[in-house]
Amino acid sequence: MNWLIVSPIILPLILACIMLILWRHPVWQRWIALAGMIALVGCGAGLFGVVYSNGVQSEQLAGYGAPYGITFVADLFSSIMVLASAILGTAVTVYSMTNIENRRESFGYYPLLHLLLLGVCGAFLTGDVFNLFVFFEIMLMASFVLLTLGGERGQMEGAIKYVTLNLISSAIFLAAVGILYGMTGTLNMADLSIQIAWLAENRPEELPLLTILAMMFLIAFGVKAAMFPLFFWLPASYHTPPPAVSAIFAALLTKVGVYSMARFFTLIFTHDIGSTHLIILVLAGFGMICGVLGAAAQNEFRRILAFHSVSQIGYMLMGIGLMVMLAHRDDEVAHHAVQMALAGTIIFVVHHLFVKPNLFLISGVVERIGGTGELKKLGGFYKSEPLLAIMFLISALSLAGIPPLSGFWAKFILVLAGLQLEQYFIVFIALLTGLLTLYSMVKIWAAAFWSDAPEESPVHNAAHMAHARHGLRRMIYPIAVIAVIIVLFGVFAGPIFDVAMEAAAQMLDPAAYLDAVRFEEFSPTLGRGEEVDS
Amino acid sequence: MSSLILRTAIRYLFPIIVLFSIFLLLRGHDEPGGGFIGGLLGATAFALFAIGYSVETSRRMLRFELHQLMGVGLLMATLSGVVGLILGEPFLSSAWIEIPIPGRPEPFKLATYLFFDIGVYLVVLSITLMIVYALAEE
Amino acid sequence: MEIILAIVIGALYAAGLYLMMRRNLVKLIIGLVLLSQAANLLIFTAAGLRSRNAPLIPEGETYPVSDFADPLPQALILTAIVIGFGVIAFTLVLFHRAYQSTGTDDLDQMKATDT
Repeated sequence: MNWLIVSPIILPLILACIMLILWRHPVWQRWIALAGMIALVGCGAGLFGVVYSNGVQSEQLAGYGAPYGITFVADLFSSIMVLASAILGTAVTVYSMTNIENRRESFGYYPLLHLLLLGVCGAFLTGDVFNLFVFFEIMLMASFVLLTLGGERGQMEGAIKYVTLNLISSAIFLAAVGILYGMTGTLNMADLSIQIAWLAENRPEELPLLTILAMMFLIAFGVKAAMFPLFFWLPASYHTPPPAVSAIFAALLTKVGVYSMARFFTLIFTHDIGSTHLIILVLAGFGMICGVLGAAAQNEFRRILAFHSVSQIGYMLMGIGLMVMLAHRDDEVAHHAVQMALAGTIIFVVHHLFVKPNLFLISGVVERIGGTGELKKLGGFYKSEPLLAIMFLISALSLAGIPPLSGFWAKFILVLAGLQLEQYFIVFIALLTGLLTLYSMVKIWAAAFWSDAPEESPVHNAAHMAHARHGLRRMIYPIAVIAVIIVLFGVFAGPIFDVAMEAAAQMLDPAAYLDAVRFEEFSPTLGRGEEVDS
Repeated sequence: MSSLILRTAIRYLFPIIVLFSIFLLLRGHDEPGGGFIGGLLGATAFALFAIGYSVETSRRMLRFELHQLMGVGLLMATLSGVVGLILGEPFLSSAWIEIPIPGRPEPFKLATYLFFDIGVYLVVLSITLMIVYALAEE
Repeated sequence: MEIILAIVIGALYAAGLYLMMRRNLVKLIIGLVLLSQAANLLIFTAAGLRSRNAPLIPEGETYPVSDFADPLPQALILTAIVIGFGVIAFTLVLFHRAYQSTGTDDLDQMKATDT
């Protein structure tokens, strides 16, 4: 049973190795990569099923008990994230078969894709802070290479900013890990939760340092998540690689940052909710406004999408930030509303994990046919590609939050939670941002799909069109599948909300998480002592 | 760099360095040493050829392609962890079989950690050489 | 001892951040190296600096000698150094390629992808 927890890590690793051995055969790599992604979906679904029916699961690597060994924990949130990442990975793999040129394929695109998934799934499942750092680095290394694969000038310039800021964030993360270890003597997340609660109760003089530490982690994760003042690497780099890479980055990299933040600020740093979570809430509000205004000023398909990510991250953080109200109110209504806010974050993360990449994938098709991403030089796609236009509409309206699509429910739940907690200002910002998002999406729609193709556009060139349409089906099918998922997400919003509420309940009350981790007495001779319940 | 002294020295140093790196690898099972340090040392042997002769000579000496070597090493290390899973233990648990050696009272224990270490050795060797070659070929 | 190391760490951070704020690519990468070394040293110091027994179990015993040193920080630092080594090697190659394709090592000239 417990092999399921480590399977999302082992499977991509083994497949990446096999693809490395088959370095000279990129075509074989394609199909191995696709088979691996489908198997990963199976593992994710199995893990989700087990966690949903049996509660939080954990595994100690090599049998060394917590807090000494490395812990892997799967709760509802993490298993949902693994499943969603695997589904998206499958779609992007199919899309890549046409979108990624042969020269990029032969430099190990598919093994890198699997290594990226390995890092992402590992970060979702690990229960150890240092291990989280390691998985972050695996994910970053894979993303560095994916970003620069091909070596065009724009890619290099974008990569310098991306690499530098992420390395700074890693250095801050590492320093924070060191101080955390010095203060508590443990790096196991479950143990940290207990130790920090103990410190907060018995050593009030340590609290300021703990809050500083929480802020260091906030900055480290904030850079990865493209949180408000730390997001500049994202719009500078996301539009430079091929659209398939942009899509997988937009889907997974920032989500890992948000996931880690959600994990740390519900499980570990709950000693001073009044100040730490207030900062998150304020930054979330700024992020929403800044991202959407930045996008409004852009005139290129993928740059608009990249800037929008910043505002969408703001929504995700809003759900975490709303926990601040627990410091001021302790009644039943507040608890329920905070649980709903966290559920809103979870739903928003999953919704964004499908919608944003789908828009990037559509931008890839548009760029392939239209020859450019500049909105001014595009047009006529509604006439020539009606199906693509409909799929764009579904994704774009979902991003803007039009009912009954997935984005509407995600925003609706967050706004409802905000209203119940009487945080009217942030609710106002959230609604305003939704409106401005619609503006940007309409801008793309009007320029690329609705208007006529300009004279100089390559769509009038028959030879270009024949080349562009070759293998286009493999780009369209994944987009269609994700569009269907987005619609279904909206239709089955009720059951999804119930699952998200349960996941949020697990996060707000760490008892289930702590129970699942098997602590052990110190027994240095064997390394495996008597297992005792915490 | 075409220094006669370096070229002549490498010919004698090469087998010694490789042998010592394998010694470090095997010694790492119970004592200081191990796959990482052994792999680094092994890489220096090939890096010397890249410096003294050329990257091409060094590649020819290695015989295997670096990506494949890395894949094999990583696969070996991962699969040595999967053995534990197959036996019903957690991932990365050690498992071993005892092989009696005639003339010695203690049997030889062949453990999965040995394959993990060999895997690490190959990965470190190939990655280090990849970096060296990439920088040397500029 | 802690005080000396704290000053060293502070100096490393200051030097690293100062170098990163220059416009030169080479200074940027040296700054990154200094920053990651400072973080390693910080782990080393934060975990406690005291002279203690080695965390080894003597032959025939079941527990290590009392008051033994904590081996974990060194394992963490070792891992961090290895990761840092790989990342810096990659960054070095990346910056070199970037220098070749843009023809400049001045960060202010690399604004094509900015918005």
